[in-house]
Amino acid sequence: MTLVEVKGVSKRFGGLTAVSGVDLTVDAGEVHCLIGPNGAGKSTLFKLIVGLYPPTQGQILFDSVDITQQRPFARVQRGMSIKMQAPSVFRELPVRQNIQIALQGHVSGAERDREEERLLTLLNLATEGEKLAGALSHGQQQWLEIGMALALRPQLLLLDEPTAGMSPEETFRTGELIKTFNTGGMTLLVVEHDMAFVRQIAQRVTVLHLGKIFAHGSLEAILQDEKVAEIYLGKTHVHH
Amino acid sequence: MLRLLDGPQTLGKGPKFWACFLVVLVAALIYPLFADSYDVGNFAYFLLWIFMALGLSLMWGYAGMLSFGQTLFFGISGYTYGVLAIVMGGGSTTIVALVLSVCMAMLAAAILGYFMIWGGISGIFFGIVTLSATLVLAFFLGQTAGSEWHIGAARLNGFNGMQGMDPLTVGSLDIEGSVLYYFMLVLIVVVYVALRMFVNSSIGNVIVATRENPQRAEMLGYDVRKYQLLAFVIGSGLAGLSGALYTSWGQFITPSSIGLPAAAMPIVWVAFSGRSDLTATLVGSFLLLFGFQTITIYSQQAALVLMGALLLATVMVAPQGFVLGVGRLIAVRWKRWRGGGVAKTEPARLQPDEV
Repeated sequence: MTLVEVKGVSKRFGGLTAVSGVDLTVDAGEVHCLIGPNGAGKSTLFKLIVGLYPPTQGQILFDSVDITQQRPFARVQRGMSIKMQAPSVFRELPVRQNIQIALQGHVSGAERDREEERLLTLLNLATEGEKLAGALSHGQQQWLEIGMALALRPQLLLLDEPTAGMSPEETFRTGELIKTFNTGGMTLLVVEHDMAFVRQIAQRVTVLHLGKIFAHGSLEAILQDEKVAEIYLGKTHVHH
Repeated sequence: MLRLLDGPQTLGKGPKFWACFLVVLVAALIYPLFADSYDVGNFAYFLLWIFMALGLSLMWGYAGMLSFGQTLFFGISGYTYGVLAIVMGGGSTTIVALVLSVCMAMLAAAILGYFMIWGGISGIFFGIVTLSATLVLAFFLGQTAGSEWHIGAARLNGFNGMQGMDPLTVGSLDIEGSVLYYFMLVLIVVVYVALRMFVNSSIGNVIVATRENPQRAEMLGYDVRKYQLLAFVIGSGLAGLSGALYTSWGQFITPSSIGLPAAAMPIVWVAFSGRSDLTATLVGSFLLLFGFQTITIYSQQAALVLMGALLLATVMVAPQGFVLGVGRLIAVRWKRWRGGGVAKTEPARLQPDEV
């Protein structure tokens, strides 16, 4: 079953076409990675799906419903959840309150308290609950934001470079967590640079270049595509 | 419900804080027994402005919207009270006039707020638009001196202002003098407690989240525009309450209570006090009003210059507010003195430039 369907979507900023006629489908229950060199249009496509940019043309469907004109909050209410590229948390509020704000729209009372503790423990932030979110390290802020996105219990979790600024150990752990979410039935669309991380999690990969779909398929097929490997991923990073 | 009295959005919590609150309240309750009626009347005058300050604290400090329009809604409500008190015949209908005046201010805020917030106006432009609307009303009312500008028997009277409306009356009891003082005191306690519960509620959580990072708040599924509008309508409604009480207190209102110098005053009170805390705003605004009035007796110019100097000093030395900074400093020192250590959230908030 297709959960997300992007149909002929383009986005122009003045004279610059960041995304051009992109068709993309994300199936329910898969981990789909969006890769490509800098300036390929990955983040723009991500923001189009999330609703931060309106498309210049094209259509976006979520769970068979046309959401092209919907604002981000309405898309979130339908079952999307987003983690932005740069940590986007409530910096002047305590970590615990950040999680509470994310949770309070969905659960209440004792269940909310239990879920709050579960998420803080899952994110290794159980001892940091009273700290201001802005006082956390960059990696911890990334974790916190992932926790806030998870608190919404989404059907589709969108992650834009979730491991930026994380150590290799933290990156690996994030990958394992993503696999756990996926096993639990969650669909994930991940924009990522780190090929080792993509290899760890991806079931299907779409390569973007100059705003267009350059290749898509299983990771193995993408890795064997010499053109992709040489030009966009860098051969040295691919062969190990 | 009562657990919302203390929460992450309000400084001052626990039995010690509420014991201090009770002491201050009891002192305020017995004050008229020891003071002469002139001073009691003056205190009632200081108290009527507190609603406007608390409303601005909610909008600016909690929701992140700097509204320069507090005197706009003060004026709308003040003039509405005047008109209704005259047209409806005064006396016991004045309490209805008071309620309708506040409703009128909230309706005006809902209309203006809708167009601003849904139109994407934020930051400094929010201040500019609200100030412009304020000046438009002040200029409009200033040119209503002609006899054609009247609503029923109520003449607007241009710069000379409206007069002749009855003061608030409940049954056969005129709300004047020490009765007015107690009326204000009860209203302030009710509004202060209600606002504390509001900002510590789940709605308050989202309002603060909207101030901190509106995009993230929206990405959590909240329509931030509705929360901003709610804060704007409540905050402006409180300015409206001040306006209606002011007209009732003095039985007059003029456009000068809406214009630029008046519009700047709530900003100074709230900035000096600490916009992000209701208690700091309550205490700081009262102190400033009291100080301003005391100095005005000797020299009005000196009082205005002092206000300007205070705003400058606040911006340069304590951008989060003097009263709030002092409050936090006392809290930190108290915890150290008690050997309880410093709360984890304090060091990052108590920057040297804040106190």
